[in-house]
Amino acid sequence: MTDIHAYFAELEDIPGTRVYTGKRAREGYHLNQFAMSLMKADNRARWKADEAAYLADWHLTDEQRKAVLSRDYNRLLDLGGNIYFLAKMFSTDGLSFVQAVSTMTGMSVEDYQAMMVAGGRSAVGQRSIRANAASGDNKGAN
Amino acid sequence: MARITAGVATSHIPALGVAVDLGKTAEAYWAPAFAGYEWTRAWQAAEAKPDVVILVFNDHATAFDMKLIPTFAIGCAERFVPADEGWGPRPVPVVEGHPDLAWHIAQSLILDEFDMTIINDMDVDHGLTVPLSMNFGTDAAFTTPAAWPCKVIPLAVNVVTFPPPTGNRCWALGEAVARAVASFPEDLNVQIWGTGGMSHQLQGPRAGLINRDWDNGFLDGLIGDSDRLRHVPHIEYLRETGSEGIEMVMWLVMRGALGRETRLLHRHYHVPASNTAVGHIVLEPVA
Repeated sequence: MTDIHAYFAELEDIPGTRVYTGKRAREGYHLNQFAMSLMKADNRARWKADEAAYLADWHLTDEQRKAVLSRDYNRLLDLGGNIYFLAKMFSTDGLSFVQAVSTMTGMSVEDYQAMMVAGGRSAVGQRSIRANAASGDNKGAN
Repeated sequence: MARITAGVATSHIPALGVAVDLGKTAEAYWAPAFAGYEWTRAWQAAEAKPDVVILVFNDHATAFDMKLIPTFAIGCAERFVPADEGWGPRPVPVVEGHPDLAWHIAQSLILDEFDMTIINDMDVDHGLTVPLSMNFGTDAAFTTPAAWPCKVIPLAVNVVTFPPPTGNRCWALGEAVARAVASFPEDLNVQIWGTGGMSHQLQGPRAGLINRDWDNGFLDGLIGDSDRLRHVPHIEYLRETGSEGIEMVMWLVMRGALGRETRLLHRHYHVPASNTAVGHIVLEPVA
């Protein structure tokens, strides 16, 4: 039997990553369901016409509302957003996955794409917050 | 009797589908990703010719939202329509199901203690249609055929909300699927496909992570009589292959269904396609 506490503690030990756990799924339920509503063309049209008014129909927290309106995707991950649901938002904005994902890395789209073509981001120094702290290497630790 | 004749695994990256749909597969960026599927397409059309594909995939906030999160679900409908994922449905054929075999598998799995969710109505997203585009069709331009050449039974696995099923459970489900297929009285040539992966992370400051060595070790582990991949814990996928690399547990359903030992028919690996490492393997069971 897996130790559930150890299992979930380890999921929080990965640099620059928010694993979509039950805790985040609960916090982000209405946020993700709002994003899901943008799958329908009629809803997309209403959203584009007045984003704040559209959001008024959804039970988001003030922080979630603010992060949605400012397209702060890292903050939305912190507030329970899941990337496949948030994709409905950035797709409605006309952004590809590469364009939207690069905004979370602090890199320009061009630099991000160049990194991918060169083989992607290395896992070295990106595996464990604890291990990085122990080795005094703070790269990507948060 | 029905029998599982081969296993195929492939990434299901949406951008591959877009490249197909826009006729861009020969462009310099995309050509190396697609070249590794030419062998498979020729083999599928000339030799393999499956009657049915059991296609293990995950839904990406398309058919399932946060209201319902089934861990394992099997599509028993007559047909599955390509979904509108927010930018219009892919211009690909409707996916024809095989309700007789699908219901047989569902019932058999439940009696075998896998408590399946049964789906009678589902639109299918890129997770299911991109693998079809990569496997079927015969022209060099990757033109989508007018109809898919076989029936498809979707088998959806939750890999979005944690925890997904363990690798060991996925492997065991594959073993149970093989038993179910073997007890279906009709003579059918059945393939099982595992989709998703390989290394990729689509979120946060660590996005863009790729691990060529780990991915290739995973491909190695699917070949032969090793079962070491059963025991890879979730945290290893996450640390080594990115948060979305966890999709690779779906490949283990395919591997489990092939039995004790496999033989390699074809293998392909390419980085990148969009944010992701493309991995593809074709295996047959060793009797």
